[in-house]
Amino acid sequence: MFYIHCPYCNERRSEEEFHAKGQAHLMRPANPEEASDREWGDYLFFRDNPRGLHQEMWVHAAGCRKFFNILRNTVSYEILETYPMGEQSSVLAEMTAGRERGEPRRAAGAVA
Amino acid sequence: MSKVEVFQQQPSGAVAAESPFHFSRQRNPLAPAKGEAGVIMAERPFLTHLILRGTPEVLLGGVRNVTGLTLPQTPCSMNSKEDKSLQWLAPDEWLLILPPGSEFSTEKALRGELGDGSYAIVNVSGGQTVLELSGPNAREVLMKSTSCDLHPRTFPEGRGVSTVFAKTGAIIRRPDAQRWELVIRRSFADYLYRWLLSAGAEYGITTQER
Ligand SMILES: [Zn+2]
Repeated sequence: MFYIHCPYCNERRSEEEFHAKGQAHLMRPANPEEASDREWGDYLFFRDNPRGLHQEMWVHAAGCRKFFNILRNTVSYEILETYPMGEQSSVLAEMTAGRERGEPRRAAGAVA
Repeated sequence: MSKVEVFQQQPSGAVAAESPFHFSRQRNPLAPAKGEAGVIMAERPFLTHLILRGTPEVLLGGVRNVTGLTLPQTPCSMNSKEDKSLQWLAPDEWLLILPPGSEFSTEKALRGELGDGSYAIVNVSGGQTVLELSGPNAREVLMKSTSCDLHPRTFPEGRGVSTVFAKTGAIIRRPDAQRWELVIRRSFADYLYRWLLSAGAEYGITTQER
């Protein structure tokens, strides 16, 4: 058993209280009528399946029942960050900024 | 004044009300525990349960005027006064528990105070009930049934969480140092009653009727 930090309850709770709900930050085409079949199909049916960092939605199903975002490593299962809906991952932003500054690429497992 | 129609949902006249544990008690009449009971289980039947949804800005003042309780804004906390309690369930959701029979008057008074703001009040009194556990082994029985940390250090008085309990869901609350409360679904009452009798057998469990 492991713990997941719920950004709404603001504490770590048992994993069995949560459910995974798929890829996060999907953007619905702004003008669905003007979207091509390919754009609409991508939005509806196609999901990333990366080996490594993945941004996912999870729901605190047995607790506050709120959806939130998780940055998770699909290889090690390590959760690097949980953050509320409507926000962006600060860990991912810091990694990108670090790479732009030319810093050596940090191993994902080293992030608390 | 709110435009929402509110009506008296309690039947009037001589309609016998039966608690969700009615059949459980008939089927499992419990002999008093031999010697000192480690766990005492008591239902608090027919209480008024209202779910309040909205932002704290919208609800805070009106709720305080009607109930005398302050809306708890710290996650997983509750405020109680005598036989009333108000518990945080989510950033926009609270559970208000009041003495039996006050659904109609409270909802009317709340809607009068809150007017046409953006909020929701739902009477869930018929859908759930409160089970109280006390005694020296009450915490042990709960610990056997949930992965939630119930140590006094992480679960002090005034804390309440919605969590997984006995493979179903329940709200676990600690109104004071002596008592634990479970807020459970009506349809799970019999299952949980028998689960707790079984889990509490090793400590000696007895039920108390009020
Ligand atoms: Zn939560």
